[in-house]
Amino acid sequence: MAKFAKKKGGELPAVNTASLPDIVFMLLFFFMVATVMRENTLKIENNLPSADQIEKLEKKDLVMYIYAGKPSANYKQMGTEARIQLNDNFAEVNEIAAFINAERATKREELVPFLTTSLKVDKNANMGLVGDIKQELRKVNALKINYAAIQGDVSKNKKN
Amino acid sequence: MAKRSAPEVNAGSMADIAFLLLIFFLVTTTMEKDSGISRKLPPIDDTEQEDVVIKQKNIFTVLINNKDQLLVEDELMTLRDLRAAAVVFLDNGGDGSCNYCKGTKDQRSSDNPDKAIISLKNARETSYAQYISVQNELVGAYNVLRNRRALELGPQRGFRDMNFIEMQNHYKDVKWSGDKEKLAEVIEQIKVEYPQKLSEVQEQ
Repeated sequence: MAKFAKKKGGELPAVNTASLPDIVFMLLFFFMVATVMRENTLKIENNLPSADQIEKLEKKDLVMYIYAGKPSANYKQMGTEARIQLNDNFAEVNEIAAFINAERATKREELVPFLTTSLKVDKNANMGLVGDIKQELRKVNALKINYAAIQGDVSKNKKN
Repeated sequence: MAKRSAPEVNAGSMADIAFLLLIFFLVTTTMEKDSGISRKLPPIDDTEQEDVVIKQKNIFTVLINNKDQLLVEDELMTLRDLRAAAVVFLDNGGDGSCNYCKGTKDQRSSDNPDKAIISLKNARETSYAQYISVQNELVGAYNVLRNRRALELGPQRGFRDMNFIEMQNHYKDVKWSGDKEKLAEVIEQIKVEYPQKLSEVQEQ
């Protein structure tokens, strides 16, 4: 009987954490594989509109991004009108052509016709700016475009 | 005395290092896939073009004004009714050449889906959200018709219970085990039968 009594008196054994690194590594590898690095730091507000007839954009390396929207809180000195952002900086409409050509130069020549321009425009922007962007894109013959939108009902697009 | 086994490296901090990396990747991760409404812009054509005469009844005009109101075929309309109105217009089949149309064959509306054109015009002050909503509804109208046609056409070609969107998804899916060539034919036929003719008016 004394044999059993002795065990009871001992303290709770510490949980074995030897497998903790393994678990963490597993998670780490998952995120490493699933990660796509953010390409640009946004300096503008970018609430995309909702739509339910959207298609997924395949081949992320063949997509060029043009952002547009109101400058975010940290960049108030840029005004309150919607602006275009290319790469990491604010840009004017006439800089789009140079941007597209620069993007094209980084891609293999045979892939250039498959390049798509993704327009990530804030839903509070107005169409005047988008129309200007579209006109610029037509000038440099970048005709494949995609209006970025998130899955959702269009009734969420109401002005607030 | 001369030989001493090397002391074991302390692996206790391995978890910390792994955590650090993990948190870095967690922060930099963007999981969402890019998605949106794909469109093709018309090329700028410098060559003189002869005017193509399009009958007024074959054009479905959608106008969005600077207060985001919709004027469809000269009548005020809410966004909710737009998709149905576009479907009725596209599916009309006025000249009877379209044997798969189920419209009312109204002589005052479009001749057939191939001739029917939707013309979209917006003001500079129109909000982008409203523009996308309208684009979405119009693309939705085409998809309604294409889906319906796919459900009719599919069973004859051995693709049962598959609408147009699913057909396209299957076609893109590498893991899908089916006759892709045949599927491509069906998709192509539906695209020809209900072509997306959406023109945007450029304001000068």
